[in-house]
Amino acid sequence: MSNYQFKPNKALMIKIKNLYKSYKMGNSSLQVLKGINIEIEEGELVAIMGSSGSGKSTLLNILGMLDVADKGVYKLDDVLIENLDETLAAKYRNKFLGFVFQSFNLINYKSALENVALPLYYQGLNRKSRQKIALDYLEKVGLGNWSSHLPSELSGGQKQRVAIARALASQPKVLLADEPTGALDSVTSNEVMGLIQKINNEGKTILVVTHEIDIAKMCKRIVTLKDGVILEDKKVKQVIIT
Amino acid sequence: MFSVDRWQEIFETIKKNRLRTFLSGFTVALGIFIFIVLFGFGNGLKNSFDKFFLDDATNTLWLSGGKTSKPYKGFKADRRIEFENSDLTDIGQNFAFYLESITPRITRGARARYKNKSDNYSTRAVGPSHQIVEKTIMMKGRFINQADVKDATKNIVIGRMAAKDLFKDEDAMGKYVELGSSAFKVVGVFQDEGGDREERLIYMPYTTRQILEKNNDKVSQIIVSFRPEIGHVGALAFEKQLRLFMKNKKSIDPTDENGIYIRNVADQLKKNQQFASVLQLIVTFVGIGTLIAGIIGISNIMVFVVKERTKELGIRKALGATPKSVINIILHESIFITTISGFVGMISGIVLLKSIGEELKDFFILNPYIELSTAAFSTFLLILFGAIAGYIPAKRAASIKPIVALRDE
Repeated sequence: MSNYQFKPNKALMIKIKNLYKSYKMGNSSLQVLKGINIEIEEGELVAIMGSSGSGKSTLLNILGMLDVADKGVYKLDDVLIENLDETLAAKYRNKFLGFVFQSFNLINYKSALENVALPLYYQGLNRKSRQKIALDYLEKVGLGNWSSHLPSELSGGQKQRVAIARALASQPKVLLADEPTGALDSVTSNEVMGLIQKINNEGKTILVVTHEIDIAKMCKRIVTLKDGVILEDKKVKQVIIT
Repeated sequence: MFSVDRWQEIFETIKKNRLRTFLSGFTVALGIFIFIVLFGFGNGLKNSFDKFFLDDATNTLWLSGGKTSKPYKGFKADRRIEFENSDLTDIGQNFAFYLESITPRITRGARARYKNKSDNYSTRAVGPSHQIVEKTIMMKGRFINQADVKDATKNIVIGRMAAKDLFKDEDAMGKYVELGSSAFKVVGVFQDEGGDREERLIYMPYTTRQILEKNNDKVSQIIVSFRPEIGHVGALAFEKQLRLFMKNKKSIDPTDENGIYIRNVADQLKKNQQFASVLQLIVTFVGIGTLIAGIIGISNIMVFVVKERTKELGIRKALGATPKSVINIILHESIFITTISGFVGMISGIVLLKSIGEELKDFFILNPYIELSTAAFSTFLLILFGAIAGYIPAKRAASIKPIVALRDE
């Protein structure tokens, strides 16, 4: 199925083998993922493409431990992800993963700084170091001067950058972005993708779910899903945002 | 397990969600406030009832004559019944088992004068044991005694207010007051918890009054006190036997309702106490209803709060919040708000009750109060149920998958 050849020169970050997932729809069940196999190395920037209903969001949710597969193996940084109860899933999410959502999902009554600091709260850091780290990451996404602003006072692009800073703050192994540019115009989309490329160049493994080919081309590898199977998995020449 | 960080997180949430905080706080405060005020008013009503009976002894029967409504033993109907001195001795001899004391009372209005001050007063011609049944408290001197009755002396005992009016700053003791056309010597000054009206009375020996009224032996009222040990049932039996005895003596048809009236204070008190208890029960019931309404109110708000926060909780879970920490954050917040506002409601209710004091006396609410333990317990109850009401939706929110919560727009 996969026409991408794995070269074992770098550490393997994600390994998915024979992943199946179905949803119950009344009496019948809808097979969404029908045997997915992917291996992703550390430092890759992978776009998961597909039209709606292809199973790309389900795959991302399983990778993000927001959902559980029916069958199959999922290894993240050599840790076998199985038998997750909610508490363990929460712990793994906090430790391994950073999320960026299409609708930003910032907490609206918290300032940019507090939003970024929130995952650190769940890591048990004290308030002072939380705020220091959060400010560092806000500066990294170019919003150091906006730290005290509420999400409602920020533009869409700024919100998404806050969300990226939040996803990075807990120093996750993998960044999962679900249509990160879906709610943004093309100029802002490019800005956000440029930021994602920059973070990737610093060595972070990033998965981007998108249905836009332009966005996918800004990644280093495109995995195309259709009807729950991988249609294509190829390395591409990255379109660099300057 | 106390954590400064967690509390900081909770304070921030409370501070930044003012409407939500206010709504839940207000519901709880109002619920407990109304409960306490209602409960206090109930107690105030009960106080008023008790007060009506406090200034008199309650183990008494009050006999007064009326007019017969039926002919009997050759007497026509419509005959006026009057008591005489012989009735006092007859009752004393026949009911020694029940009897504690017996006194007549003849009430007459009279103009009293001392030097150049005069006014109209009620006089009561009584026997010595009248002091017991009216709970008259002597301030100076003595009450009417047996010798006064025996010799029909012109001694009087006057109330505190009467002494104040007639004598101003002068000492009333030993002074002579003109009543009608004769002079009476003040041998005592009394006070009475029945209030100013009772303290304007003048007591004299009943035999003296009888001499003044053409030396008759009529007595308009007889007050009998019975031994408290005979209890309520004994009192009822005594009343029944006494009625029969008097009707027989006065030749009144036993079925005639009107010849003699006997007021049984103990029985009245008991009936009033029962009424007060029923009232208390109703007030308690309404109070509990208010509490339940408060609990339902806070439950509703908690359901709403959790619903409103579903997305936020989903985000928190995606960022690594465990189900336990989600439940914690909601419970801590709700308990914190209900505790603070519960105590605010409780304190303001108690303060209101205290400040009312006697101001609602006209509405039969006297010194309303609530026992601190009742107030504290009901507040605790509301907090507890607020927590339980918060726990159920919090638990459900904690078990929602973050992906579902995040989808919720």
